[in-house]
Amino acid sequence: MTVLRCRGLSRSFGALRAVADVDLDVAPGARYGLIGPNGAGKSTLFKLVTGVLRAHAGTVELDGRDVTRLSEVRRSRLGMAQTLQHASLFGSMTAAQTVALAVQRHGVDAADRRRISPLPRRQADVWERAERLLADIGLAGRGRVAVPSLSHGERKQLEVALALACRPRLLLLDEPAAGMSAAERARLVELLRGLPREVTVLFVEHDLDLVFELADAITVLHLGRVLLSGSPAEVRTSERVREAYLGTRRRAELFTAPGGPDVPAGA
Amino acid sequence: MTAVDSAATVDGTAPVPARRLRRFGPLIAAAALLVLAAVPLFLAPFATTTLSRILVFALFAVSLDLLVGITGLPSLGHAAYFGVGAYAAGLVSIHVTAQVPGPLLVGAGAGALAAGLTGWITVRSHGVFFLMLTLAIGETIEQLANTWESVTGGANGLTGIRSARFAGTPLVVAGYTYWYVLAVFALGFAIIWLVARSPFGAALRGIRDNEPRMRAVGYPTALYKYAAFVLAGGVAGMAGAALVAQQRLVTPADLGFLTAAFALLAVVIGGAGTLWGAGIGAALVIVVRDALGPSMGGHGTLLLGLVFVLVVYLLPRGAAGLRLPLGLPRVRSAVFKAPRGGPR
Amino acid sequence: MLVSVLNGFAIGFLLFVLAVGLSLVFGMMDVLNLAHGALFLGGAYVGAALAGSWDGFLAALGIAAAAGLAAGVVLSLLTEPLRRRSHLDQALLTLGIALVAGELLLIVFGDDPLSVAAPPGLDGSVVVLGVPYPTYRLALIAVGALLALVVYAVVERTTVGALVRATVADRDMVAAIGVDNRLVKVAVFAVGSLLATTAGVLGGPIYGARPGLDATVLILALVVVVIGGLGSVRGALAGSLLIGQVESVGRALLPNLASFALFGALALVLVVRPRGLFGARA
Repeated sequence: MTVLRCRGLSRSFGALRAVADVDLDVAPGARYGLIGPNGAGKSTLFKLVTGVLRAHAGTVELDGRDVTRLSEVRRSRLGMAQTLQHASLFGSMTAAQTVALAVQRHGVDAADRRRISPLPRRQADVWERAERLLADIGLAGRGRVAVPSLSHGERKQLEVALALACRPRLLLLDEPAAGMSAAERARLVELLRGLPREVTVLFVEHDLDLVFELADAITVLHLGRVLLSGSPAEVRTSERVREAYLGTRRRAELFTAPGGPDVPAGA
Repeated sequence: MTAVDSAATVDGTAPVPARRLRRFGPLIAAAALLVLAAVPLFLAPFATTTLSRILVFALFAVSLDLLVGITGLPSLGHAAYFGVGAYAAGLVSIHVTAQVPGPLLVGAGAGALAAGLTGWITVRSHGVFFLMLTLAIGETIEQLANTWESVTGGANGLTGIRSARFAGTPLVVAGYTYWYVLAVFALGFAIIWLVARSPFGAALRGIRDNEPRMRAVGYPTALYKYAAFVLAGGVAGMAGAALVAQQRLVTPADLGFLTAAFALLAVVIGGAGTLWGAGIGAALVIVVRDALGPSMGGHGTLLLGLVFVLVVYLLPRGAAGLRLPLGLPRVRSAVFKAPRGGPR
Repeated sequence: MLVSVLNGFAIGFLLFVLAVGLSLVFGMMDVLNLAHGALFLGGAYVGAALAGSWDGFLAALGIAAAAGLAAGVVLSLLTEPLRRRSHLDQALLTLGIALVAGELLLIVFGDDPLSVAAPPGLDGSVVVLGVPYPTYRLALIAVGALLALVVYAVVERTTVGALVRATVADRDMVAAIGVDNRLVKVAVFAVGSLLATTAGVLGGPIYGARPGLDATVLILALVVVVIGGLGSVRGALAGSLLIGQVESVGRALLPNLASFALFGALALVLVVRPRGLFGARA
């Protein structure tokens, strides 16, 4: 049974069909990459899956359950966690406080999550779990640092810690490597590789090297539609994918920063 | 960004400049309470009465700070629940009983109920839009107080309210009334403070800082905002009950635009989100209005307005202490959907 | 009943003149001008001071218009520096200004409510469908409708108007195209304020001038803007005519519960159309 199953997802903005008739099947434990040239609709598709945007057509199923009509709040409760592209966090909190918010919501462990009680959880347990998550992520000892004082890479790590604190079945990462230095990128890859297989990962990325390093399945989007879904090898050798990226990929190689300058698809 | 840079505390309350000060917190609070309690023994009745009025307004401002500073909901209509609580407590005092804690409970309940009935249309909004809606609600309720003469006494207000009775004896002496008001203040402040410290309060702060993120983490933010709104309304109602115990009179002005604006001013001056700051701000507002006002020909409002303008310009963290989301450009306000941040 | 409906139109058109400036400034710049009510009151006091003759009435209109224009420019300049901080700060700034302005008016004009007589010739009544009705209010309906037409024409048919509408819809895009709309912003603020003070003069024979009127009309204008949708002229018209009827007919039918009617109308519209009847896209 798939963890995530999308059928016929569509969403338009006025006359623009941002996502059209997209199917997606993500197997349990997969490291699933979502790529495509700029303007392909990756961002929109991401938001349709998480529930921030409502689909105009199609269905989204999480663990076989239809969540198409559910808000992102409900989907989060059902096991979907996400990081946001711009490392958007809480300006007045420390790293530990940030993670504690999610632990408070989703429980210290699986049993705790099922507990039905209006009373807040045991604070000592909450903090302990928060610190442990931070340590796992590589932010040990940074718990008491205020978020604005963290480096960009650290904030990205915090985003992942926050998502993991939600005890997700499905972890959705939106351009996790954006703006990272080489060292930070390497740490990120290590981190993602180290995630337990109970957590399925779907990530949108521009950095194709990262994608080919991590993913065991890939969907390529182009102009809102699925161009190709398959293994990394299939995607790599596909003529159609190369055409879609033609010019874009070359230029991406010329520039060092991942996710190079905007080039219209098919340029 | 000043207050956040230093190591913020881990217990979930608003960050303070020095961690060391934190440890003495309870001690300072107890000392302050003691000093306040001793006031009637040393000061003249006029000063005691003024301090009473300050405490009433301070509790009202602190309840507003829960909304503005902690949840990030700038309300310009909060006086409505203050007034509803006052009217309700006054009516109970006249027609049923003035025995403590009757009017107090009724005032709190009425404030919470009014907030519950009107708050639901506001909680899907935030920022300036929220400000507008609460302003409209506040004014509507004020108009109601003006026109519903049979119940509220119309523009003249509700008069002849009996003073609070404690175990049968009426608290007529300024000192006794003051102690009652102080007790209500301490209770109300404690409630707000405990809520702010709790995980619920931490969630409210998360909503203030970044509501879409909180929703992504799985918090039903509209529900939380509604709960905060009702709670703040209830405590404002408590302050209203204290008002009529002290003043024995309530008029539509007490739930009007000016009262709401002054309360917001008090919160802003004192530093939104600190709670005790709202109290200090309230003291400032009352002192200027009641003490300096007469010497300015009764135009303390003018001075306060100027102070407001200055404060908005000079405060580094922005008037309501709302920090802009990290790294994101200014979010567009004034719509019901989550604010959109775009890449720079 | 007919009288109430006609009153509703009179109030409605008056509200439109008042509210359209507020709506456009908010839609264009996200600045909530809480001093807008004070502008109205200022105009009302000017009208009250000079009322009684045609010369006085026209002079009042002129002075109010000029003062409104100047005030709008000043407000625009004062709020501009806070643009980067937050719109809330800008709104709070205008709140402070509103408090100061309200207090200044109180000092200058005292706290007695002033009633304003309609200019001679318009102070009688005419018979409409068998019912006598104040001439002034009919004139107000006419003038209001005319102003509505003018505003609508400017916003919908001129280049400047197109710029205003574009900024309301997507100001980042307008900036990105490289259009400098700073001047337009100041102009919109100025004209919107001019309309507010003028509305104060025009509304004199109906509302008079008294302390607290600024808050009252501010709320009405806000409700109109919220119901009609931010930055939409059509919305401001629809909203103000609707609220005019609610205020007039509502008060006639349910005098004690008129406030509820207003709140009810607001709540109903917001539940059904959260962005207002003609709200611009987010």
